Amino acid sequence: MPAKRQPRAAIFAALGDETRLLLVAKLCAGQPYSISQLTRGSKLTRQAITKHLRVLESVGIVHSVRRGRESRFEFDPQPIEGMREYLELVSEQWDHALCRLKSFVED
Amino acid sequence: MNDRIEKRIELKAPVSRVWRALTDHHEFGEWFRVKLNGPFVLGQISRGQITYPGYEHVKWEAVVQKMEPERLFSFTWPQMDYSMETATLVEFRLEKTASGTLLLLTESGFDKIPSDRRLEAFRRNDGGWTEQMKNIEKHVATAS
Repeated sequence: MPAKRQPRAAIFAALGDETRLLLVAKLCAGQPYSISQLTRGSKLTRQAITKHLRVLESVGIVHSVRRGRESRFEFDPQPIEGMREYLELVSEQWDHALCRLKSFVED
Repeated sequence: MNDRIEKRIELKAPVSRVWRALTDHHEFGEWFRVKLNGPFVLGQISRGQITYPGYEHVKWEAVVQKMEPERLFSFTWPQMDYSMETATLVEFRLEKTASGTLLLLTESGFDKIPSDRRLEAFRRNDGGWTEQMKNIEKHVATAS
C-alpha cells in the first residue's frame, strides 16, 4: 500500500485545497461517485475534477473502482483516521503530563 | 485538519516556580518521567532515559530551541528512530495571571511525520503508560 508510506505532509497538502475538500466532503458520505456526478453542479471541467481526484488518490484518501465503462471514486478514511488517532494519543499523553506538572508545582 | 496540539492549563504557582519545573532538568524529569543526563542548554541535545517502570529502555532525546526566562521554553523532539527529520516542536509559553500562571503548550509539526505503523508503536511505547498514569493519579489522590 503506497499510501501508507506517504508523509503526512502529503495528506495535509492534498486536503489544503478548496475543491478537493469539497470533493472529500461529498465522497465521505460513503457512496461512490462517478466523475460525471462529481462534475455536475460544479464550475470546473471534467478534466479539472479528474486531476483533483488523482491528487486525493495519490495519498490514499480516495480510491477508484471500475464499474463497467466508468470509474467511480470512493472515500477511504484510513489515512485521515490514522493521523487523527495518533494526534489523539499524543494529546492524551500531554493531558497526563500536564496534570503531573500541575500537582508538582502546586504542592 | 489540525497538525498541532494545543493545551492551556492554569497553575496555582508563580511563573518563576513553573519556569523552574520546566527548565531545571531534575524537576522536568520528575513530572515528565525521564532521567536526563545533564541540564538543558540552548541549542544542544538533551539526552536521557525514560524512568517509568517497564519503559526504561526508551531513550529521550531533544534539542533545546528557546529559553526565554519565564516566558518561553521550547525543544524539538524526534518522533521516530531518533531522527531530527521527524521532530515535532514542543513549546511551553508562560503568562502571569492573578492566581498564578497560565501555561500554553503547543506541539506542532506532525505533518512531517510519515504515516507509518512503526511511528505509532514508538510513541505508544514511551507514552503507552497512559493507563498506568491513571493509576498513579489515583494513588496520589488517595495518598494525600
